Amino acid sequence: MRPSLFAAVAVVASLAAAGAQAQIRIGAILSISGPGAAMGVGYKGAFDFLPAEVAGQKIEYIVRDDATDAQTAYTIAQKLIAEDHVDAIIGPSLYSSDVAVQPLANDAHVPMIAMAPLVPVPEKFPYSFAVAQPLSLMVAAVFRHMQAAGVKTVGFIGFSDGWGDQVHAATVTAAAAGGIALVADERYARADTTVQAQALRLIALHPDAVMMGNSATPAVLPVVALRRLGYRGGIYGNHGIVSPAFIRVGGAPVDGVIADTSPVAVYDQLPDGNPIKPVASELMAAYTKKFGPASVNPFAGYSYDAMLLLANAIPAALKVAPPGTDAFRMALRDAMEHTHELVGVSGIYNMSATDHNGQDARAAVLVEVRHGEWTAIH
Amino acid sequence: MNLFVLLTLLQDGLTTGAIYLLLAVGLLIVFSVTRVIFVPQGDLLALAALTVAQLEAGSVPGTLWLLDALAVLAVLADLLAGSRWRALRWLPVPALVTLATLFGPRAAAWYAMPLGLAIITPFGPLLWRLVFRRAAGATMLTLLILAMALHFVLEGAGMVLFGPDGAATAPLTEAAFAVGPLTLSGQSLAVVGLCAALVALLRWFFGATIEGKALRAAASDRLGARLVGIDAARSGGLAFALAAFVAALSGVLIAALTPIGYDTGFAIGLKGFVAAIVGGLVSYPAAAAGAVLVGVLESLGSFWASAYRDVIVYALLVPVLLLLSWRGRRAGEET
Repeated sequence: MRPSLFAAVAVVASLAAAGAQAQIRIGAILSISGPGAAMGVGYKGAFDFLPAEVAGQKIEYIVRDDATDAQTAYTIAQKLIAEDHVDAIIGPSLYSSDVAVQPLANDAHVPMIAMAPLVPVPEKFPYSFAVAQPLSLMVAAVFRHMQAAGVKTVGFIGFSDGWGDQVHAATVTAAAAGGIALVADERYARADTTVQAQALRLIALHPDAVMMGNSATPAVLPVVALRRLGYRGGIYGNHGIVSPAFIRVGGAPVDGVIADTSPVAVYDQLPDGNPIKPVASELMAAYTKKFGPASVNPFAGYSYDAMLLLANAIPAALKVAPPGTDAFRMALRDAMEHTHELVGVSGIYNMSATDHNGQDARAAVLVEVRHGEWTAIH
Repeated sequence: MNLFVLLTLLQDGLTTGAIYLLLAVGLLIVFSVTRVIFVPQGDLLALAALTVAQLEAGSVPGTLWLLDALAVLAVLADLLAGSRWRALRWLPVPALVTLATLFGPRAAAWYAMPLGLAIITPFGPLLWRLVFRRAAGATMLTLLILAMALHFVLEGAGMVLFGPDGAATAPLTEAAFAVGPLTLSGQSLAVVGLCAALVALLRWFFGATIEGKALRAAASDRLGARLVGIDAARSGGLAFALAAFVAALSGVLIAALTPIGYDTGFAIGLKGFVAAIVGGLVSYPAAAAGAVLVGVLESLGSFWASAYRDVIVYALLVPVLLLLSWRGRRAGEET
């Protein structure tokens, strides 16, 4: 990673250590380096805009990098809990790290807010929450668009890895729910240089639309191959492809690709009545001022929402016990579980004893590539 | 599977096969002369693709400064090793390339491509000088570990210099020809054509020039080559330059077909390695056949069972290695 970022983290950490008078300590586990760094930069960036004080209590943020490695995340979580005595953990930002850290945080009664699309199971892990939209919710939004467009058959092409499997599973569910037949399951690896064969196979089956279970720039491969071979049906993707790089690399052939994304990613295109718009606009105004106009990303929104959930619950927990105690953390968890219509930048949260994500259809926005721009469609 | 599908798959397989062929040739040259398995070749491929993409976007690629830094390090290393004016020989090429980048029309595609090759090719001899030369007499395992370490360093450098997003370069040609039901893409033809031309050029180089003959001599018997006055260090540098050049060329060619990220190179290089293994790491024609085989097998494998494509390609190694070790043992018994 860029040395400046490391330096910044180190400076922040040392300053925080010097002024150890902070009342509430919040640990964060982010994938700032390693393969997940592209997203980690966004997660990390939001911490510059998180509140320094909530309900009169100073907040100390302890930000750590798991280098996109679940084992490292586990070690970090151990230290955050045992040595730093954090009151809550924001993150991890990586799915496999979430899975690794979850039992640890729950055993120690430390509320953790996963920022990857982890589906929390409150019955088993009462201290786990999640702010990233569950994949099923996102893929369902895409399939509603297919239904409206009269799609009857859909072919799937995705990565031959965990992400491809997850999107495929969500696609199977959404297709069944929408009465759409899933006719193909083609896979390729992230580092593959061609998907010509898979595209040929898809085309031979004549699906009305193609759903993609891939992410980042390797996702342009099937789009380009399908269009070159003359495929005219709709091509749909998931939120993993929504970035300026996808259009820059894909060029003209990716025009017309439709995908879901988090509201904050297209905050300025949301309709005026949308309650998320003012919150997201405020965050992104400050964010783009610091990191440049091209820095808009959904991941900063997850960090922001995670702290929003905590900040919303802290006043109630403070009435029960002082920070740093087991009773405070339990009260914090209870208060978070009662979150009601909290407007974040990634969605609107309504938690309950059985739902620790609390997002609904308002957390998914559809976007289409039009004239080289991701454009929100309503 | 009808004829159209088969022909399209073959076209696709031959195009990637041609790229693997280039990489296999680079691996063979380096291995035969220096006993180094040049793992970082894939990273040079990625760096070349990203460099050209950045040049085409009009900006100065970070690899240029990395090149200059390596050149300065090489000069210092030579000075420390006791050489005087000769140490300065590392400077002219990077200096020229730097000037050509800063003051040339770098955004033009016809200029960016050769310039990208000129930036990445000197990495070969520089890395040879800085990383491998001191260890030239070490065991193959030590050299392999060095090569692996260098792979991680270069991959990390790619991430720092170019960021995590992939990039694509402009194709050599947008032309497409209809042959019966099949559409031949101009880029595919250009890739296969350039590879064939390069192989012919290398053949001429090894067969007809003194430098080439010296390389061959160094490859077949290093001690003998030194006895007749062939500079081992020099031939090592030349082998690395050739390998870096073919890696860079592969990167530039393939980046027009598929987006390349800082971490894509290794997997592509590994396929080239499979092809080189088919040639027993000694035979160029067998490696060429291996490269085409890997390309076509990949293409057909993706069609029949896309999730198992890589399994199919790497599974090819098992019978090949069995056969090679069986033949090796037979040869061992005879002598």
